[in-house]
Amino acid sequence: MTPEALLAGALLVALVLYGLGAGADFGGGVWDLLARGPRAAAQRELVAHAIGPIWEANHVWLILVVVLLFVCFPAGFAPLMTGLFVPLTLLLFGIVLRGSAFAFRAYGDVSDRSQARWGRVFAVSSLVSPVMLGACVGTIAAGRLPVGTALPPRLFEPWLAPFPLAIGLLTLALFAFLAAVYLTLETEQAGLREDFRRRALASGVLVGALALGSLGLARSEAPLVYGALTGSAWALPFHLVTAACAVAALGALHRRRFARARALAALLAALLLAGWALAQYPWLLPPGLTFAEAAAPRQVLEPVLLALAGGALLLVPSLAWLFRVFKGARPRG
Amino acid sequence: MADLLAARTLMALALGFHILFAVAGIAMPLLMAIAEWRWLRTGQPTWLLLTKRWARGTAILFAVGAVSGTVLSFLLGLLWPRFMAFAGPIFGLPFALEGFAFFTEAIFLGIFLYGWERVSPWLHWASGVVVALSGALSGVFVVTANAWMNTPAGFRLADGRAVDIDPVAAMLNPSAFGQALHMALAAYAAVGFAVAALHASRLLRDPASDFHRKALALALAVGGAAALLEPLSGDLLARQVALTQPVKLAAMEGQFRTERGAPLRLGGLPDVEARETRHALEIPGALSLLAFHDPQATVRGLEEFPRSDWPPVVVVHLAFQVMVACGSVMALAALAGAGLAWRHRALPDRRWYLRALVACGPLGFVALEAGWTVTEVGRQPWIIQGVMRTSEAVTPVPGLLLPLLATSLLYLLLGFVVLELLRRQVLASPVEPGRSEGAR
Ligand code: HDD
Ligand code: HEM
Ligand code: HEM
Repeated sequence: MTPEALLAGALLVALVLYGLGAGADFGGGVWDLLARGPRAAAQRELVAHAIGPIWEANHVWLILVVVLLFVCFPAGFAPLMTGLFVPLTLLLFGIVLRGSAFAFRAYGDVSDRSQARWGRVFAVSSLVSPVMLGACVGTIAAGRLPVGTALPPRLFEPWLAPFPLAIGLLTLALFAFLAAVYLTLETEQAGLREDFRRRALASGVLVGALALGSLGLARSEAPLVYGALTGSAWALPFHLVTAACAVAALGALHRRRFARARALAALLAALLLAGWALAQYPWLLPPGLTFAEAAAPRQVLEPVLLALAGGALLLVPSLAWLFRVFKGARPRG
Repeated sequence: MADLLAARTLMALALGFHILFAVAGIAMPLLMAIAEWRWLRTGQPTWLLLTKRWARGTAILFAVGAVSGTVLSFLLGLLWPRFMAFAGPIFGLPFALEGFAFFTEAIFLGIFLYGWERVSPWLHWASGVVVALSGALSGVFVVTANAWMNTPAGFRLADGRAVDIDPVAAMLNPSAFGQALHMALAAYAAVGFAVAALHASRLLRDPASDFHRKALALALAVGGAAALLEPLSGDLLARQVALTQPVKLAAMEGQFRTERGAPLRLGGLPDVEARETRHALEIPGALSLLAFHDPQATVRGLEEFPRSDWPPVVVVHLAFQVMVACGSVMALAALAGAGLAWRHRALPDRRWYLRALVACGPLGFVALEAGWTVTEVGRQPWIIQGVMRTSEAVTPVPGLLLPLLATSLLYLLLGFVVLELLRRQVLASPVEPGRSEGAR
């Protein structure tokens, strides 16, 4: 395997882990916004309790993605940052407001009114960021980013289009689904658990619908990815596995096998992302730039691979411990 | 041109904001780890209370630091895509390593803040130590990247492209060690003095409070030690600048003419048109002595360099004077504290000294911002010294004024809220174990 293929793989792993971790933290904000019924306050409480210790660690995966991009694929970084200037800026505003509001609410021992206000900011910014993140992915997949033109960049046209926005909504739904599934395991209170079980089922169905809808749109809007997702040798097995995973996840939720549902939901999210990545590979920015063309020289890639390997040795046990401390020893479903 | 100015202002704003929180992320974990260690060793509940109190404030600062740092990682690309396309592969290694430092820091901070009941006391303390170490490391890594912009190394230019890239040599560039040391000390000095000032101000109201006495002793010890070392490391750094960035040195010192036995100018206002620095207190030969350790050494003046390579001289000179003034006052305050403590074998709690400490509270942060102004503005017009000009690096995206305004408003709001939340936390002095009344 070439170093750039390994690093493209590392990028995918980091993105998947960002989705599974920070994605669900964003999803928690969605359920904070949509908290309803007699247990609304308890629902919000549960979300805050679940996110508190881990969101900052989850968040670092995104930083790793950005750093890997500019160190290893510099020729792709400039067009990405120029073409996606507006959605990335909005994503950042969302990230800043959300993180700060969360900390202000959790640690500022202030009046209920101001707590509620920061809670609102936290929830709304949790909506914006996933949509923008998904829109960026959709813009790339649809091949809407110009590479190597000297023209002044178009601020809105690349991403303000049906396909990127559909992927944005799909991302939001997926994150909300992940959060709801995880939250069923965060409480021992049956009523709360049922609340999130119902939310998980509903958002799961929504994810399925949006995924199918996006695939339909891709036919005309993202032909390269669509072609690979329907035409390549791995396409049929991939769709079968993904569909089976989706059905099994919903089934497990239905039968209240919550631990199994959590594993299947995470697998489903990983499969969706991997499907996009596989369909797009070897293109970093279709249709103009491959990973190999964008890559930095070998002397750069090799130390980074070494740093990643060394870092992983440190990181994996630490992360495992973090999650065991806070997410272990919970009642199994 | 307006867009370039907006981009530079936005970058300066985002960095100047982030650094305030980043230093807290470097120094507060050290203070907390020492306090918790005292608790584990002595069993005095005040130390535990102090650790928990500091942890509450740190949690807010850390969250804002993390999100504003995320903004920076993107902003480097959003505002300077050509710079990053060129420099990313060369100076990226420290950023990748920094990523792992962030992970470690965030993971163990989560355990430190939320894990009081979930892990054993010593494991909890060890997590705090890991946070302190990885916080310092992340600062060190990112500063080596900045040092590379000042003294680029680890590549060769061929037709405007970088070849023969050696990321390790780039990371270990000539300024890296000096800047990293100076920055780490700056973090401990600035935060130590600010925390000491907060507790000194409470002690003035409630001189018997054991809580504030312990807090002050610890913060002053850490901040004072760093403040004493800071001028030494600054001198080391200045000599590096004299060797590798003569234009920056000349701007810092307001040195227009090349001179043997150049004087050190304290204060003064450079007049760029007349090419002289007026109203400064001059110490003959002292600049040559400090910069080259020889009172007769020749210091190259700005006149030797084309006008188009000069940084904004007035800003750089004044910022340098401000940093050195703050640093000198802080070092004096630290010396006075050490002297008082030694003479009385007790916490220096004379009222005049406590008042002086309160007054010194913001100085470290002022010096921090001033020092970064020296480094970054002093490098202009280059984004990479001698290799790429800032104007060549800026993004082609138009209308940067809008994100600049929006970010300014957002950061103003966040800064205000953070200050207000911290103020409330400080005002609410805890009820101390062993004292019947909650001290106010
Ligand atoms: C608490 C903060 C603080 C204090 C008290 C001082 N400094 Fe400083 N200084 C900084 C905080 C700082 C910094 C963290 O802001 C900088 C910016 C870049 C860097 O690495 O450190 C800096 C940069 C900086 C530079 C520029 C380096 C470059 O551009 O490459 C020099 C020459 C000095 N310092 C020298 C000094 C001297 C002689 C001091 C004597 C009192 C001093 N500093 C006190
Ligand atoms: C947190 C501490 C820092 C502060 C307060 C700071 C401050 C500044 C300031 C004031 C400018 C504007 C200079 C001008 O327009 O005249 C600037 C520019 C810049 N800085 Fe820094 N800086 C810091 C650290 C860093 C680091 C660690 C890096 C990168 C590794 C960096 C990269 C840049 C870049 C790319 C620019 C824009 C180009 C330029 O104007 O030179 N800075 N910074
Ligand atoms: C271009 C310059 C910089 C970039 C791109 C940058 C990037 C970041 C990022 C992405 C984070 C968030 C990590 C997390 O989620 O935990 C962060 C936090 C942090 N940064 Fe920066 N940073 C820059 C400048 C600096 C400087 C100059 C220092 C200090 C010397 C510094 C020290 C820290 C520390 C200690 C943290 C930990 C979080 C905290 O305590 O707030 N950074 N930075």
